[in-house]
Amino acid sequence: MNTSTLSSWLLLGEWRARFMQVMVAVLAIAIGVALGFSIHLVNTAAFNEFSAASKSLSGQSDLQVYSRQGYFDELLYPRLAQHEGVRLANPVLEFTARISGEHNGENERKLKILGIDMFRAARISPDLLGVPAEDQRMDGLADDAVFLSPAAMEWLQVGQGDLLRFNVGTQTLALRVAGGVTRVRAGQRIAVMDIGAAQWRFNYLGLLSRIELKLDAGIHHDVFRKELERKLGTQFFVTELEEQEARLASMSRAYRVNLNMLALVALFTGAFLVFSTQVLSVMRRRSQFALLRVLGFTRKQLMLQIVTEGIVLGVIGSFLGLALGYGFAALVIQLFGGDLGSIFFSGIQPDLHLDLVAALVYFAVGLGVTLLGTVLPARDAMQIKPAVALKSDHESNVIERLSSPWPAFTCLVVALLLTQLPPVAGLPVFGYLAIALLLIGGIALMPRFAAWFFSFVLHNVKKRFSDGKLNAIVLMVLARLANVPGQASVALSGVLASFSLMVAMAIMVLSFRVSVDNWLEHVLPADLYVRAADSGKQGGFLADEQKSLAGQSLFSRSDFLRYQQLILDPERPEVTLIARPVDSADPRNTLPIVGKFIKSSQLSEHDRPIWVSEAMVDLYGYTVGKQVRLPVGNGMHTFVVAGIWRDYGRQFGAVQMQLSDYQELTGDMSVNTAALWLRSQATLDAAYRALQQLPYADALEITQSQTIRNTSLQIFDRSFAVTYLLEIIAVIIGLLGVATSFSVQMLARSKEFGMLRHIGVTRKQVLALLAAEGSLLTMLGVVLGFILGGIISLILIFIVNPQSFHWTMQLSIPWDWLLLVAAIMLVAATVTALIAGRRAVSGSVVRAVREDW
Amino acid sequence: MLELRCVSKAYAEGRQVLSGLSYTLKAGEYVAIMGESGVGKSTLLNLVAGLDTPDSGEVLIDGIAISQLDDAAATLLRRTALGFIFQAFHILPHLTLKQNIALPLLLNNMPVRRVEKMLTEVGLSGRENHFPHQLSGGELQRVAIARALVHCPRLVLADEPTGNLDPETARDILQLIRTEIKNNNASGILVTHSHIAAATADAVLMMTKHGLRETEPVKR
Repeated sequence: MNTSTLSSWLLLGEWRARFMQVMVAVLAIAIGVALGFSIHLVNTAAFNEFSAASKSLSGQSDLQVYSRQGYFDELLYPRLAQHEGVRLANPVLEFTARISGEHNGENERKLKILGIDMFRAARISPDLLGVPAEDQRMDGLADDAVFLSPAAMEWLQVGQGDLLRFNVGTQTLALRVAGGVTRVRAGQRIAVMDIGAAQWRFNYLGLLSRIELKLDAGIHHDVFRKELERKLGTQFFVTELEEQEARLASMSRAYRVNLNMLALVALFTGAFLVFSTQVLSVMRRRSQFALLRVLGFTRKQLMLQIVTEGIVLGVIGSFLGLALGYGFAALVIQLFGGDLGSIFFSGIQPDLHLDLVAALVYFAVGLGVTLLGTVLPARDAMQIKPAVALKSDHESNVIERLSSPWPAFTCLVVALLLTQLPPVAGLPVFGYLAIALLLIGGIALMPRFAAWFFSFVLHNVKKRFSDGKLNAIVLMVLARLANVPGQASVALSGVLASFSLMVAMAIMVLSFRVSVDNWLEHVLPADLYVRAADSGKQGGFLADEQKSLAGQSLFSRSDFLRYQQLILDPERPEVTLIARPVDSADPRNTLPIVGKFIKSSQLSEHDRPIWVSEAMVDLYGYTVGKQVRLPVGNGMHTFVVAGIWRDYGRQFGAVQMQLSDYQELTGDMSVNTAALWLRSQATLDAAYRALQQLPYADALEITQSQTIRNTSLQIFDRSFAVTYLLEIIAVIIGLLGVATSFSVQMLARSKEFGMLRHIGVTRKQVLALLAAEGSLLTMLGVVLGFILGGIISLILIFIVNPQSFHWTMQLSIPWDWLLLVAAIMLVAATVTALIAGRRAVSGSVVRAVREDW
Repeated sequence: MLELRCVSKAYAEGRQVLSGLSYTLKAGEYVAIMGESGVGKSTLLNLVAGLDTPDSGEVLIDGIAISQLDDAAATLLRRTALGFIFQAFHILPHLTLKQNIALPLLLNNMPVRRVEKMLTEVGLSGRENHFPHQLSGGELQRVAIARALVHCPRLVLADEPTGNLDPETARDILQLIRTEIKNNNASGILVTHSHIAAATADAVLMMTKHGLRETEPVKR
């Protein structure tokens, strides 16, 4: 037996005495770790699956050659096939085709189709070969045959021998399902067919989307690649598989990191709960610690004892959290696949793998926040003066330390400075740090602010009732809050943390939603939007179809839009080029312009204006007035950035240009979408009927702008559903913190209540005192939560969001919802205080006044 | 055993409590200290225990100046050489009696065998697994006495050990403290306001602002 035995006795004794509080703290850590770990596991599994599925389409090639405009002339293929150092070149045509059927924007089904040369693909990506029926061996080369992956067959409800209809422009194309694909990833929906057939049937004649290269042994990839890029010119770029993976990762990184951060909010709130539990535990045990010091416990031993208690809490909580997190992730994947509400991973069916490194990281984070919540109380216990503590019930120093404003002000000032720093690797690292520091600073100021506020109230109440008629309960409540605010403030730290974060998130989400709603109104000014599937490299509507649409008598105006994807940086996702008629005299009439812009009258005759989304400013450094070169048509062309517009639809950038400029540069007169305005006397029903009379009506996707808006907002709400869930969990943890803190205080104050009962205070009055203390403190917490949450929401709106997703938004505050949550918090905290205080009015308290422990 | 050399102590607010106090306590001696409230009795005990430091002068335990030691060294000396009995018992509520009594042994890395013996000596045999809330005030103080002597300290400091007890129990406890100090060959200082309590010691010292003065021998 030695001091470790003593340490375990003390630990177990303490846990026996306050089992519930300890369990709540363990649970808080466990939930925090579980949420973070499970979201990480789900996102990682989804991303890995997404990445593996994408990579599987590129087979075992060493390099891939792409065009910045998506498709390029197949004449490049023989050049590369004969290029020195190239062992094998494999041409691929990859595109998505719309499945024919009912289209209203919501249930549109698009299938990825790979056109391959089966003889070459057999050597570079054999998994992608079609598996024809025994008696149809030549289907691999047939022009009417398509091979589907099992997931695609299941999704489209077709089998071998069935016909599958696609929209190609305004035409319908029927292909025979000739069989499956050799080997694809579970859940991957793709179709494979002969490259020549695909070019012909889907109007991609003479076009390829990439050429995969296998190099001769001994060829230095980097040197070869640079040389090839130089030869091919700026219209092309050459990549390796790893770069594709990095590109895919960059697409969803901001989303994944932000969701992980959100999940960590619960853990952060849990840290405050651990902090309040440990502070109150140290307060309650001051005399015990003093005794131990007198008996020969050194300061270090005492500190170690409390830190050990924290470590045990953290280890149990973190282990439990990892187990819960894994189970939760498995359940989510079982129920929803890898989709937590984003657009990135919908339809993915990933396999869950236990990520040991991530498990260690989340374990360390759980343990770390527990230790953070323990260190200050442990330091406080170390400072206890045994002789003083054995004689008096003086409150803990840790609260006095917290009541010093300077550390808190330092946190706030540093937080403000951090908001001025740029993102790190495209992530708002300093923004998040600023939020954490703001919370810590704000909460640390709580005791001082409570003392100041309630002293002020007490002073005025006393003045008001100077005739001595002041109610004793009111006096006791205000005096306690004014003079001993520390304990109560600690009780509220968890709730303040979770409430202010909830306020911040609510303001951010509403601001975002209102901004998206306004944006949709601006970008969808027409009554109807009609789309047709692409016809090869061209948009679905050719000149004749545009004429027939515009010629409809029901429409007062028709605008045509051409969409195309451009690759400006091989390491970044594609940028969308939108060509349409823009009011260049005042682009605000067409686009949701942000900030200054250049009118057409200010441009020279030769300048071609473009208007870029906010993401282009952050990602590519485009600014108003800057001349930039874009790959439009055959070659690079110079444009002038004439304005910046807000775009919530394309996170990785979009460029708008005049349709006439696009047509002049490319000669492409096709468009993808028609925006139609009804004449004042025309009805939507009549317009639908008229459009359905068109010969190519089956290939049209007709959507009302209102439907697009509603669908977009539904998607928005769905993507934030997980946010609300995480926030609610954080608030529940905060309330649990209030419950445990209040109950610990009730025990600590049993003598005080016993004395009050002795001098004639009724049970009801004691309960009223507790309810008043609880509600007044919560009210103050709610007010401070509003202020703190408001400031944090500004960081989320003006720092975190623009740095993560490259879009700004206007501020909107959901007053009604926030007031409702505040009222719920107030009632919950008051009820919690009353429940925790029921012991205060029990008979044992009367006896407590005679007891020393 | 204990030597006080010109010990002076003033409180932070400037009030002088002890000034130039000198006294020598011999090994095996058990003395009571009496005096008015605020005269510095408890302060003196804190200085002897190394829980406080004198403004001037020295406190020596077996020749070691505890007042010169740093906190860790003073703690080690206190751990091995001293035993404490308080008015408010200060028994850890969530440990059993056996565990409470064993605390000094564990801190000194000593075997806990002596706990049973001490429990028997203080009349609590068979109750080693009871918790403090199951005991009366007198019984709690018996536990405190056992804890104060279990590790065979050279000096026991008792600060108003019967202040919270009824007269009959107080008498028993005082007798027990004396017996245990003597049985364990320890020295002892009993701080008390009670003449009856003081009468259980070998000598009674009256503490005034002028220092310690021995009163007439006490008749037991």
